[in-house]
Amino acid sequence: MSDTVEVAERVGAAPPGRPRRSIPRRIGEEFLQRREASVLVVAIALGVYFVSARDAFLTQPNLVNITQATGPGAIIAAGMVLLLVSGEIDLSVGAVAALAPFIMHYLIDYYSVAALPAIVLVLLIAAVIGLVNGLITVGFRVPSFVTTLGTLNVVLGILLTTSHAYPVAIPEPAQGTIARWFGQADWAHLIWALLIVGLLHLLLTRTRWGLHTIAVGGNLLGATEAGIKAGRVKIGNFMIVSVLGGFAGIMEAFRIHTIDPNIGGGTTIMFFAVSAAVIGGTALAGGSGTVLGAFLGALVLAELQNGMNLIGISANPYFLILGAAILVSMIANVYLSRLRRAGRA
Amino acid sequence: MTATSNGEALRVEHIAKRFGGVTALSDVNLRLARGEVLGLIGDNGAGKSTLIKIICGFHQPDSGRILVNGEEVQIRSVDHARTLGIDTVYQDLALVNELSVYHNMFLNRELVRWPLLSNSRMRRLAREHLEDMGVNVPSVDVEVAKLSGGQRQAIAVARSVYTDAKILLLDEPLAAMGAKEGALILDLVRDLKDKGEVSIVVIAHNFGQILEVCDRVNLLQHGEITYDKVTSETSITELTDLVVAEYRAARTRRPGEGGPRKER
Repeated sequence: MSDTVEVAERVGAAPPGRPRRSIPRRIGEEFLQRREASVLVVAIALGVYFVSARDAFLTQPNLVNITQATGPGAIIAAGMVLLLVSGEIDLSVGAVAALAPFIMHYLIDYYSVAALPAIVLVLLIAAVIGLVNGLITVGFRVPSFVTTLGTLNVVLGILLTTSHAYPVAIPEPAQGTIARWFGQADWAHLIWALLIVGLLHLLLTRTRWGLHTIAVGGNLLGATEAGIKAGRVKIGNFMIVSVLGGFAGIMEAFRIHTIDPNIGGGTTIMFFAVSAAVIGGTALAGGSGTVLGAFLGALVLAELQNGMNLIGISANPYFLILGAAILVSMIANVYLSRLRRAGRA
Repeated sequence: MTATSNGEALRVEHIAKRFGGVTALSDVNLRLARGEVLGLIGDNGAGKSTLIKIICGFHQPDSGRILVNGEEVQIRSVDHARTLGIDTVYQDLALVNELSVYHNMFLNRELVRWPLLSNSRMRRLAREHLEDMGVNVPSVDVEVAKLSGGQRQAIAVARSVYTDAKILLLDEPLAAMGAKEGALILDLVRDLKDKGEVSIVVIAHNFGQILEVCDRVNLLQHGEITYDKVTSETSITELTDLVVAEYRAARTRRPGEGGPRKER
């Protein structure tokens, strides 16, 4: 009991007479408080290391490479953070990302829909997939891991059956301006990623929706007793992730100038997003997480991939490092949150 | 008696509730005067939670009626009960550890300047309200996880009062709480009583401390109120004896003989 009393005193505003803490210590404490901070340090440190190792790292084409490798994953990760915070996960989002440009292709080439409405329709269809994920999870009380494992395969099945597993070209009407907007232009990925990350950060931290998302993931029973419609919050977040998955898939297609059913079998980008969220400090148990952290997590992963490539290490040990990064950041996350709980931070 | 001096906030008449073959409540009669603090005691399984869940709209009774401020009401849901001014502070408190004190105070009743939350307004109002109620927290910005059990309970109570609860149901507010923290809650209940705007039913399993703040005590046994006395006319010993006597009776009772429960 005496412990909590002490904590209470320390948490309170510092009394005026209190000796000022040293600046490094205060920075250190700020650090522990901001979950994103440690990831930011890793991102900067990696950048510095790769710059010193290879001059090519800091050239504009390479920076574009990095932002393009970060973008789609960061966009999905931003949505994934919301869903994880609400206490659920979506494994199917990568498959949705793979399916999305195909639906665009079907709509434009087979049904003569104009390019922009086609993209909007694709996003709506992605939202419906998210709705289905949410309804099954909330309505039938199937754990979302299982629900979305199922829909992952269903979506992949639809994709491979309808496309016969062959890549196709970007439809003619979607070439040009639209293609540049949605992924072909050098900085399109970065701009979209920053825009979406910024919006979702606001959504999570400054709106009722975000507050209810945290409440539902942090204390489901309590949130329900307070009258929050927990099912609605979860379903909404499933839909957000899915829409962002569809959007990221379209961006990828425009970037690589082709619509490929085999972009990682639909799981690579999903695992990238979950890894980015986890490295960024989001707890899989729900209740806490930050969108900015996930963005930085995605940046770290992209830097690693790119930098190791430049240095000439084969792509294979990348997974070793990715695995280690996930484990280290998870352990650090658990440890830091214990420190924070104890009020030492 | 104080109970009728300034009107009745709540009256429960002949409430019965069965779950399948189990009779949880057989015939409950209870009244709560405005501004009164009623202690509801009883052993595990006596039906306290069922009664509370009926009053707060979670369960519907099989028979009987409920009057709020003298008017008969059919309480359809928890939300409906809230609009009638009935609010419950559950044992789990319905607080979200990851959120700040002021966000918890306004949970699901957030102040918004669309599309964003009005954090500064909520922060200020929460601080003022907690000060008014004499609840001490280090800061309204602190995550609830960092507070002690007593502080958490106090915030949950303050939240209910803030949202205009006129009838407050406190479900075992002192459960698993140290003496110092318990005193904090008892003070809070006492303050509310002094203001006289809120009527309170305190459910207690271990009634020693609770009696200090109650005007009246009801004992719930086997789905009925079997005992109703003003606190000053009773004692902890008497209440303990009542509960223990039941055990003794149960132990000596022969199978098939029925016992104190009234079969209906």
